[in-house]
Amino acid sequence: MNKHVSPRMNRRAFVVGTAAVGAGLAIGLDIPFGGPAVVRAADGSPEIGAWVVVRPDDTVVIRIARSEMGQGSLTGLAQLVAEELECDWSKVSTEYPTPGQSVARKRVWGDFSTGGSRGIRSSQDYVRKGGATARVMLIQAAAEAWNVPASECTAANSVITHTPSGKTTTYGKVAEAAAKLTPPADVKLKDPKDWKLIGKGVKRLDTAEKTTGTMVYGIDVKLPGMLNAAIKDCPVFGGKLKSYDEAKITDMKGVKKVVKVGDTAVAVVADTWWQAKTALEALPIVWDEGDNAKVSSESIAKWLAEGLDNAQPAYVGNKNGDAKAAIAGAAKKIEAVYSYPYQNHATMEPMNATALYTADKCEVWCGTQNGEAAFAATLEASGLPAEKCDVHKVMPGGGFGRRGQTDYVRQAVLIAKQMPGTPIKLLWSREEDMAHGRYHPITQCKMTGAFDADNNLVALHYRLSGQSILFSLRPEALQNGMDPAAFQGVAQSGEAAFGYSVPNLLVEHAMRNPHVPPGFWRGVNVNHNAIYMECFMDELAQAAGQDPLEFRRKLMGNHPKHLAVLNAVAEKIGWSTPAPQGIYRGIAQVMGYGSYVAGAAEISVTDGNKIKVHRIVASTDPGYVVNPAQVERQIAGSFVYGLSALFYGGCTVKDGKIEQTNFDTYNSMRINEMPKVESVMVPSGGFWGGVGEPTIGVAAPAVLNAYFAATGKRIRSVPLRDQNITFA
Amino acid sequence: MANLTINGKTFTLDVEPDTPLLWAIRENAGLTGTKYGCGIAQCGACTVHIDGVATRSCGVSVGEAAGKKITTIEGLASGNALHKVQEAWIAQDVPQCGYCQSGMIMAVAALLNEKPKPTDADIDEAITNICRCGTFQQVREAIHTIASA
Repeated sequence: MNKHVSPRMNRRAFVVGTAAVGAGLAIGLDIPFGGPAVVRAADGSPEIGAWVVVRPDDTVVIRIARSEMGQGSLTGLAQLVAEELECDWSKVSTEYPTPGQSVARKRVWGDFSTGGSRGIRSSQDYVRKGGATARVMLIQAAAEAWNVPASECTAANSVITHTPSGKTTTYGKVAEAAAKLTPPADVKLKDPKDWKLIGKGVKRLDTAEKTTGTMVYGIDVKLPGMLNAAIKDCPVFGGKLKSYDEAKITDMKGVKKVVKVGDTAVAVVADTWWQAKTALEALPIVWDEGDNAKVSSESIAKWLAEGLDNAQPAYVGNKNGDAKAAIAGAAKKIEAVYSYPYQNHATMEPMNATALYTADKCEVWCGTQNGEAAFAATLEASGLPAEKCDVHKVMPGGGFGRRGQTDYVRQAVLIAKQMPGTPIKLLWSREEDMAHGRYHPITQCKMTGAFDADNNLVALHYRLSGQSILFSLRPEALQNGMDPAAFQGVAQSGEAAFGYSVPNLLVEHAMRNPHVPPGFWRGVNVNHNAIYMECFMDELAQAAGQDPLEFRRKLMGNHPKHLAVLNAVAEKIGWSTPAPQGIYRGIAQVMGYGSYVAGAAEISVTDGNKIKVHRIVASTDPGYVVNPAQVERQIAGSFVYGLSALFYGGCTVKDGKIEQTNFDTYNSMRINEMPKVESVMVPSGGFWGGVGEPTIGVAAPAVLNAYFAATGKRIRSVPLRDQNITFA
Repeated sequence: MANLTINGKTFTLDVEPDTPLLWAIRENAGLTGTKYGCGIAQCGACTVHIDGVATRSCGVSVGEAAGKKITTIEGLASGNALHKVQEAWIAQDVPQCGYCQSGMIMAVAALLNEKPKPTDADIDEAITNICRCGTFQQVREAIHTIASA
């Protein structure tokens, strides 16, 4: 029976002892890895290396460092370990080590960060080795017990067999002995052709509790004596809290305390959250909004538009030939300006965290995409050292990049610190969540394409103006001021490489950073770059009088993997045959997160502004597909997220604040608006790409290009909400 | 104080009558399977059955719900036997993050109660819950699987 981690399990202390003293004393610090001591889980079962615990009854616990947030990585990562471990999949469960435990063990579980579609691709090697290491140790232990060479033994389904004699034993029986062995220095991983579990669409390990209401999300955490907090941060980013009139609400039912949170926010702590929120709404608050209160969507758009001027400074991200000269001397040229708005992640579960602070300890329970970042925020906000802090990860109700940030963790700790000994659950209202997102960056893009007399594309100038995420969140990753991630999808090489060969190319970014805080928003910079490039590709094809697919193909000869996914969707949607009466098609491709993706849509349009999406075909080449059932869900989900963004997702700024407050003004797609997504997986092997994000990039341009095919009108600004275009 | 009948049990709760039913269920009755998503009856994460009708509990006050039969996700199964919607959700691996699924399942259970064999159009009309992960395809397939069983 598979059991997903629960807070109770997360709180398990690790214990260490020798086999002689059994479960030994509970500690969590400085356990020597691979030394003589056996490291034990709380139930006394031994670790066979840090990733695997084997119980006497042959059940296996696989440790997962990355966060599950719906994307299925928990199951996929367990498959990777179990493949090499050769254990019985039906007896596998998973467990999150805490960041505190990991730090205390010299980060034995590696990176906890779960973003950039990296959960599987950047830990696949060491987690598979973790499984293989444990298998080698288990086989070695059996061989020693039988006094035979380990090379004569094999393992499958948690059973070890000595081939010459036919003797068998199970993992549970030799686990104690295996745990005492020194792990092998190097292990050989299986050839992908021998995989049995990787590549299989096995069921997720965490489904049952999500159907009975028993899965514990951050909002559901309950601790003895816990109080609830509601918070308001200055609605103008960068503004401060000036004053509040506590006396007006202290008599309200359930209210326990009103606290200042940093320089910018105030929170009400009460018996229940509803009481806290009700009192907070009645609390008179004076903000010092500062100069940012003068900023509006219009002023931001004007500033970004100025950055499109070639005379303004810009960073060059991709270049060959001399695009400006080629454009100047071209037989024909076209130009278009596109724009992309701020967007909120709008996770179904608003931000929240529960913190308990005492004089010598600070613990946090929360959904997070990065346990170690949440841990660092806990240390910083509590002022306590690492050995006195820990973070217990619970299931997040959606992440999409938002829960890689730790602002809500810091707030919870700062509140709890003012009420030592009392656990405080901080929950944002949806309105607070809308007002204090870490928004998809805002950009504009001017593209100029030039043709020779034979309608060959000879030059492309791609000039992006707008916000850098790294400038705000990871300035250390800037390269001489340039944000290399700004070029996702149009980069020269790497995991988000441009898929076309243009003899004269200039891709540049005029960085302009408004005061609205940007964040990593599922798909990140691929989203706008794919819309700009793929919609403009359609414009170029039209200017050249060529079919959009054929026009692309001619530029993709040196990019066979980009081309393969494009061909796969073209074939599946039937591009070479006419669409049914009244149905129009659009197509798009992009590379992101190490994977190649393409999408095609069939739509109809009534009254010029009502779109019905009839069919979506999507193709992806992520190198290897660990769990096709989950990859299929990520592809379909990417279209829901991407088309929600296209139709509804825009956050506008007035007086320095975000204007949208809830799902009534920031809508999301419903089931009636979403067709079936037909996915075509074409894994070509030899590399590991991500799957959670790249497909989002093609969702919007496929539909926008189909809209042009249907109406002859180019839409160069999203969301469609603001163009008076809706779902039919 | 208010008396609420939730999942066949009577709860006497220290709560104001104007408190949204959602919060009385979650915080006073301690049944956290029903989720908060928007508080303005837009997203459906808080869907429960009130006298058998799928209802967004954030938009109903405790006073209005008193005396009525309230069923939450925790009360959908009959003892240890899961409801057919829950079974189908597990069989089809519907949930991703799962946060919206309590409300989704309650909405679907009510639909199937009314229309045991819903068409796609029936589903489109009745199921208006937001799912940011985008599980709609699996939701639709699971409903049809139940209907054809």
